[in-house]
Amino acid sequence: MKQDIGQRDSSPQTQKKPTKKTAEPDTEFVTVYIMGKAYKVPAGSTIMGAIEYAGYQIKRGAGCREGFCGACATVYRLPGDFKIYTGLACTTLVQDGMWLAQLPAIPPKKAIYDLEKLKPTVETFQLLYPEIFRCVACATCTKACPQDLEVMDYIQAAKRGDIEMVMDLSFDCLCCGLCAIRCPAEIVQFNVGLLARRLYGRYLNKKSQHLEERIKEIEEHKYDAEYEKLMKMSREELKKLYYERDME
Amino acid sequence: MYPEYMKPSLDKVAQTRAKRFELAKSGKPVFPPMSAEEREDVLQKFHPDYKPDARRKVRVGPNKGELLTAEVADLLESHSRIDPKKFDLSQPDYETDILIIGGGGGGCAAAIEAMRNGAKSIISTKLRLGDANSMMSQGGMQAADMPQDSPTRHYLDAMGGGHFDNKPELVRALTEDGPKIVKWLEELGVVWDKLPDGTMQVLHGGGTSRKRMHSCRDYTGAIIMRTLMDEVRNHPDMIEVLEFMPTVELLLDENGQCAGGILYNMETEEYFTVRAKATIIATGGFGRLHIRGFDTTNHYGATGDGLIMAYRAGANLLYMDSVQYHPTGAVYPEQIAGFLITEKIRGAGGQPVNKDGELFVFPREPRDVEAAAIIRECIGRKNGVTTQSGRVGIWLDSPLIEMLQGEGYIKKQFPAMFRQFNRYGIDITKEPMLIFPTLHYQNGGIEINDKAETSIPGLYVAGEASGGVHGRNRLMGNSVLDYNVFGRRAGFNAANYVQKVKLGKLTLEHVLKYEQELKEAGIETDRIAPVLLPLYTPEAVRKRQLTAHYEGTLR
Repeated sequence: MKQDIGQRDSSPQTQKKPTKKTAEPDTEFVTVYIMGKAYKVPAGSTIMGAIEYAGYQIKRGAGCREGFCGACATVYRLPGDFKIYTGLACTTLVQDGMWLAQLPAIPPKKAIYDLEKLKPTVETFQLLYPEIFRCVACATCTKACPQDLEVMDYIQAAKRGDIEMVMDLSFDCLCCGLCAIRCPAEIVQFNVGLLARRLYGRYLNKKSQHLEERIKEIEEHKYDAEYEKLMKMSREELKKLYYERDME
Repeated sequence: MYPEYMKPSLDKVAQTRAKRFELAKSGKPVFPPMSAEEREDVLQKFHPDYKPDARRKVRVGPNKGELLTAEVADLLESHSRIDPKKFDLSQPDYETDILIIGGGGGGCAAAIEAMRNGAKSIISTKLRLGDANSMMSQGGMQAADMPQDSPTRHYLDAMGGGHFDNKPELVRALTEDGPKIVKWLEELGVVWDKLPDGTMQVLHGGGTSRKRMHSCRDYTGAIIMRTLMDEVRNHPDMIEVLEFMPTVELLLDENGQCAGGILYNMETEEYFTVRAKATIIATGGFGRLHIRGFDTTNHYGATGDGLIMAYRAGANLLYMDSVQYHPTGAVYPEQIAGFLITEKIRGAGGQPVNKDGELFVFPREPRDVEAAAIIRECIGRKNGVTTQSGRVGIWLDSPLIEMLQGEGYIKKQFPAMFRQFNRYGIDITKEPMLIFPTLHYQNGGIEINDKAETSIPGLYVAGEASGGVHGRNRLMGNSVLDYNVFGRRAGFNAANYVQKVKLGKLTLEHVLKYEQELKEAGIETDRIAPVLLPLYTPEAVRKRQLTAHYEGTLR
């Protein structure tokens, strides 16, 4: 359904639709400083929208564009304010006078490990990420988090070996790296959270009996005959079966 | 915050809520589900695929003469990014067992499985590892592991959802592997939602006859993708990851076997050759081609690159005439237009209602039917709400979920959705979301068999880039399962294949032949593919960019 309502440009490859992404005549504009250069962009744009409106083709600094992947970590300052702010370019709106820069990548520290040889205990963190014990509890990581996670609290939980709490508090982490780049103790919080979640999923989440039983049934070829029957059915036979099936 | 002009409509939604709540509690369908004839009627009149200009005949390649989605036909009728004559293929820059194209869920699953079977691989990816639609799935993954369910029942649901066009052997592979995938992922550390006794917490999706949707809150894709990526990163000796280095053309050998590809460093603009004994395409879908001008839920790099590369090399495409529009994409605020609003919202009791707060469709019709019904309500019956920028949508009433499931349910089960709207001052526990269908999924793709093999020896495909698994309409939760099942199968089968295969001299002859075919068909175009990235530069800026040439979107 072509809804002529200002959807994004189609790919230039198709070259059929007129370019739509021009602002409405009554659009208000603000000035932003992209890496120091001033551009007028529509008020209400996301930072990512503003960068593209200004004419940049983003290579690094855009991924899912919906707040799931963490590719677009951005730092900015506002006029008359000494603070450094952090956000995702895809979900943070521009403000007049904003001075911004995207972080193309963040040097990570990632431990290499064999999950099968690890134990879900504090010793694992001592071994793989000993720097968490340098945490000075300043909460800069928590302030930097664009997801508003309690980052410092999960690092403290990791120091205690409370893997369930690390899993729970870090669950919505996007691994954007803004915590790590701001941390005075040089901790890579997002990788600590990821390790804890994997330990929890592998060792601490209660096993599902019904899953083991179903896999055993499949391995013992319990469903083979029914599959073969279904796969041989005509479209009409299958259709009939489908529309007559019962619902949970 | 919703603007003042939407208030009268919002008030009406609030007024009808109590009545609709009673209806939902009754346990009966809140709106009569459509008959087969009604479904056909609304699809014919309102589904974007059925518009007269939605499809056109492709004039070159293995599917020549077939009606395809017009934008796909355009993609296929385009020039290569490279001049094959300029490449010296006798001295490859990289050599490996398996070249994996795409660093999403399918690519990572394939690399892990190949590694476990002794094969080394290179992952070539255009953005970062994990920058893929896999990262963004919210609702969950289907798998028939509950006692009241069975893999064959999952098979029947998937076949019906796909209008019985699915390839049976692929649906069997998908559904039979399902429970094993749940376990495989758990052993890698995926944290599934469970009840305290370890029973999986499962929900319905559109078109399921049993509750079999497994989730990780509403960050299902993010949790699975990051787990797979982390495991890939744990094996640098076996898996080499090349980021911002997409593959732009496949290599064949003189015997027609797939033998690697040409890679393009997007930052230094250099090209590199990779000689590989087998190649796996896991490049995902085409949402960023913005079919029919639609907004999309897809990630930045979803430009159908694998389709054109495989097509030039001679692989057949299946069902590239059908496009999945997700019924519920965000309309307001403008900044999140097109973003996915998970089907799990309707699974939990959220209802689509028009500007007067009235129900007009059963909330869990198959995706194509539900999407067409919403378009009919907005465009055909003019019962939508129009925003200041000219978009139109209907309401998805989320506060009802809190009434049905208890207070606090949304924040616990939909943290991503809550956060998405809360950023703009909209509290979805108290106010509904304005929605319209959004471009979501490539139903078809490169044809494979149940070993993930294509018609080209040594070329495998996994995930959204492949065709046949979902017929002409995918059900919710089957794509997460798809990339895991066929990613693993591709990795396993390729690892076995590379132990026997002998490669001959490398060639790009197929690219030259394809160019010749374009010429003979009289196709004159400056289109170049793979597209790699969409272009969002405004027209005024583009006019001032007096560059000598564009290579697709890149200058």
